[in-house]
Amino acid sequence: MTTAIPTDLQDERLRADTGLAGAARASLGRIRDGDLGLLPVIAGLIIIWTIFQILNPVFLSPRNLSDLLMQSAPVGVIALGIVFVLLVGEIDLSVGSISGLSAAIFAVQYVNNGLALPLAILLAVLTGAVIGWVYGQIYNRVGVPSFVISLAGLLGFLGLQLYVLGPDGTINIPFDSPLVLLGQLLYVPDWLAYALAAVTVAVFVVQRVAGARRRRAAGLSAPTIGVIVVQAAILAAVLVAAALYLYQASGVGWMFVFFVALVLVANYALTRTSWGRAFFAVGGNREAARRSGIRVRAIYTSAFIASATLAAVGGLLAAGRLSSAAQSSGAGDVNLNAIAAAVIGGTSLFGGRGSAFSALLGILVISSISSGLTLLNLDSSIRYMVTGAVVLIAVALDALARRSRSSHGRA
Amino acid sequence: MTVGSVTGVDRPVDIHLTVSSGEVVAIVGDNGAGTSTLVKILSGVHAPTSGTIRFGGDPVTLPTPQASLDRGIATVFQDLALCDNLDVVANLFLGQEKRKLNLDEIGMEVRSWELLRQLSAKIPSVRIPIASLSGGQRQTVAIARSLLGEPKLIILDEPTAALGVAQTAEVLNLVERLRDRGLGVILVSHNMEDVKAVADRVVVLRLGRNNGEFRVGEVTTEEIISAITGATDNAVSRRASGRAGAEEGAAS
Repeated sequence: MTTAIPTDLQDERLRADTGLAGAARASLGRIRDGDLGLLPVIAGLIIIWTIFQILNPVFLSPRNLSDLLMQSAPVGVIALGIVFVLLVGEIDLSVGSISGLSAAIFAVQYVNNGLALPLAILLAVLTGAVIGWVYGQIYNRVGVPSFVISLAGLLGFLGLQLYVLGPDGTINIPFDSPLVLLGQLLYVPDWLAYALAAVTVAVFVVQRVAGARRRRAAGLSAPTIGVIVVQAAILAAVLVAAALYLYQASGVGWMFVFFVALVLVANYALTRTSWGRAFFAVGGNREAARRSGIRVRAIYTSAFIASATLAAVGGLLAAGRLSSAAQSSGAGDVNLNAIAAAVIGGTSLFGGRGSAFSALLGILVISSISSGLTLLNLDSSIRYMVTGAVVLIAVALDALARRSRSSHGRA
Repeated sequence: MTVGSVTGVDRPVDIHLTVSSGEVVAIVGDNGAGTSTLVKILSGVHAPTSGTIRFGGDPVTLPTPQASLDRGIATVFQDLALCDNLDVVANLFLGQEKRKLNLDEIGMEVRSWELLRQLSAKIPSVRIPIASLSGGQRQTVAIARSLLGEPKLIILDEPTAALGVAQTAEVLNLVERLRDRGLGVILVSHNMEDVKAVADRVVVLRLGRNNGEFRVGEVTTEEIISAITGATDNAVSRRASGRAGAEEGAAS
């Protein structure tokens, strides 16, 4: 039985989508049925970049894209936290205030009180974690909706931020402190960037090939070497082209690399651990999750902790980027941008669907709009309106895709 | 397994029931007859206030759902408790994944196919979300999941209530396969045709009490229904049986 049919393809009703053409056919079918994945956000990004490039040729310059990536990292980290709460079908509206509070605590401890940098960072991040834990306790034990808890938190922690900052209102962080260097000046040297790209592709290929071999050994269908090679080639081409282009200017900042690393870790946690699986289960059917022995309360608590902690980390990055903690830190559109980024990236507001990568791609859309409009000398009034429209389109797309999925019998 | 005169919490019930391995026992009863209470007691959701449950000859207590599972009693509730957004493998292993920190997707997928093959289940792919499956296929997945813990007794609560004709037949086939594997099956159902088609014995409950027990081959649907509705337990029928007894007595 050398040509045995793999265990998972024996059903005669299945189209055998094998090989390269089959893989392409399968993806097309998924898209038609409303399982859009990351496609809308990538298409949106291309459209937005094309429009702004036509309006202002500076937009796609290496310099501007390099800045854009740096600009994305702080709110991107906050958006990553939002992905966790959205997955369990909850929301955290207070991430902006938490990020501002974290920046304020850090600045007061590090600048005014002379605490060591790691300790000040630890204190700020721990504050975020404790806030998330308290949210979880209120949610689980009292049953207040997360919408209301975090709305109260939005006001309360804004107040606490102002209280911590004291009468001055703004604390400048010295330019030679590592956090500010990370936020403004530290770029990955070009040779290391190429090395990182090479390592990424190598890890991808090794993982896919080893996975395919294990699947075949277990008698299951597996992607052919051809499919893997094409995927790896696309990945390599994108990474190398991006590096070649960006390194005509300063290149990629360490802060952005840190953000991407967080996204990869979150993606592993969400897709490859039982903890992450529980997030999708709770978001999909809470009662089913409970009966399966998942500790639903602990999952909610850990979602709020992840969100608030990442908000605190994002606040620190923002403080480094601005080299100050001010009363306006984390205020204004930070909240909405973070939530919008997660939703634009394809994480459903209805719970149970999403991915860590939605934070990365979503924040690129938000930052692109913001950067493009700034280049056109349009002030924040227009920016708010355009961002608002984009959020509405993204959510509408989410709702429409959801309807299409249910009519085509996909989750 | 023997249930001796358990008394329920939310509703007074007083039920005796015996199930052997390799046997399908149908429990039928009108709304409020105590079927749900019995299922809850056996699955460990509610503890009975009194009475005894013997499993494999030993008296057991079932204070929690986990205790019930550990004894080898698996329950498939009517709402199935599946996550629509997760695929078949994820649902089968939900809460009991292999290798918590680096999920053994391949191992779980192979085991899933084994289970579904044992049930001769027609599932096109285990990597599609539950939302893509028909009602019968979902029932199959829910039953397959209950088999993961190698149970000895499986309780199916209204497994065919929401299904079409073909899907119902599919699930009934499945019940027979469970019996052939030597499992005891308790089938709670309102559907007399299903009960007659697949069960070995029928236990009728009425108002929280046993109201008749029949071997399926020796009973008509009308007899079962009259036991359910209480038509065999009213003034007219009592009088009729009283007269019959009297006539017999007179004849001898």
